[in-house]
Amino acid sequence: MIAILDYGVGNLKSIYNIFKKVGVDSIITSDIEVIKSANKYLLPGVGSFDHGINSLRNAPFFETLEIEILQNKKPILGICLGMQLLSNLSEEGKEKGLGWIDAKTVKFELDDKSLSIPHMGWNKTNPTNTKDIYQKLGENRFYFVHTYHVVCNDEKNILATANYGENFTCSIYKDNIYGVQFHPEKSHKFGMQLFENFGEM
Amino acid sequence: MLQKRVIPCLLLYKGGLYKTEKFKNPVYIGDPINAIKIFNEKEVDELIFLDIGASVENKEPNYRMIEDIASECFMPLCYGGGVKTIEQMKNIYAIGVEKISISSQAVINPSLLIEASNMFGNQSVVVTIDIKKDFWGEKKVFINSGKKNTKLNPMDFIKQIETLGAGEIVINSVDNDGVMRGYDVKLLRDIKAITKIPIIALGGAGGLNHIKEVFEVSRVDAVACGSLFVYQGPLKGVLINYPSHDDIIKTTF
Repeated sequence: MIAILDYGVGNLKSIYNIFKKVGVDSIITSDIEVIKSANKYLLPGVGSFDHGINSLRNAPFFETLEIEILQNKKPILGICLGMQLLSNLSEEGKEKGLGWIDAKTVKFELDDKSLSIPHMGWNKTNPTNTKDIYQKLGENRFYFVHTYHVVCNDEKNILATANYGENFTCSIYKDNIYGVQFHPEKSHKFGMQLFENFGEM
Repeated sequence: MLQKRVIPCLLLYKGGLYKTEKFKNPVYIGDPINAIKIFNEKEVDELIFLDIGASVENKEPNYRMIEDIASECFMPLCYGGGVKTIEQMKNIYAIGVEKISISSQAVINPSLLIEASNMFGNQSVVVTIDIKKDFWGEKKVFINSGKKNTKLNPMDFIKQIETLGAGEIVINSVDNDGVMRGYDVKLLRDIKAITKIPIIALGGAGGLNHIKEVFEVSRVDAVACGSLFVYQGPLKGVLINYPSHDDIIKTTF
């Protein structure tokens, strides 16, 4: 069972819908007991960094989640802001991030001023590793909406990059912790494959 | 690089899918859920649903139908129609819709736009502007499904909503709606020159050539199409269709 973490931030229903579509059991929850018994976690998120991290830290299940991820090493996948929260900090806010992956979140500073920000729309992603969540994806495209992006301090945490005026990191990983900047729950068969992969891991 | 988006725009009316011409004569197309299933298979970039009855008849959004739609949509979804309050927007986002379009209310109640973009983020708030020629041939912003002339100049209005927090703007040409003879490329080019907000062109697409033209000439960020993706042939037989990804790439680059 995958627990879709409900901390008042993010489009939980879409994630639930796509798990259902690919036949993976999931539950939208903030219940500590349910979260303890889950074997994987989905950390959604939209909106501003500080609001997101404060809401997560103040969630009643936060300490339980930390134990399950950092000690029990259960897999977690952060989506969009949920990925940015895995980093140490963000230029968007003053609060510290989770720091579960050694990275920072910065604003797009593009030389090409004709490119709109936020980066919104479908883009190709290039994985550095086609195991785990990137299995069987091949040529892919995912739907993005974001103004900030993650920069890893250690290159080995980069799972995929995309190009928007410059190459940027759009997916990160470390041990049992994964993050994607794009919205797989809104990315058709590519998203379905990614969620299926996460379900099978 | 980012691919330009090509978005089917579907009109809801009394629970069914309809298509209008110049905002008039709604013709029944079919069941919305069926259409979504087909668009899912065709891997459309995004979908826009506009309930053309909700605002005029002063109805609450049909949450049940929106939820049915959202649960079948594995692509970004924008809903518009009858949205007047933050509470309604909260309900719609919670159902699984990522973008909400407001139209008449952006004119009548601009504070809704400010509040919504602060609360949900600009990227979640779309403004659809219906533009139509008035009696003198001047293009003006119309509301209430093209029935009421606000006498606002589109350029002034766009600058205004840019500062209020619109994340994207759909420019809907009432005069070109359902006519399938091409977009208002000149107007769209002028609009792109005065704003940094992503612009979605709507109204007039009759073929991929029109889409190519509006991307090349007007430099819009995305296009939306109604008739083109629900009709086929000169007799307008109903057939839900969408170009292949390869054809879109050829058309948009």
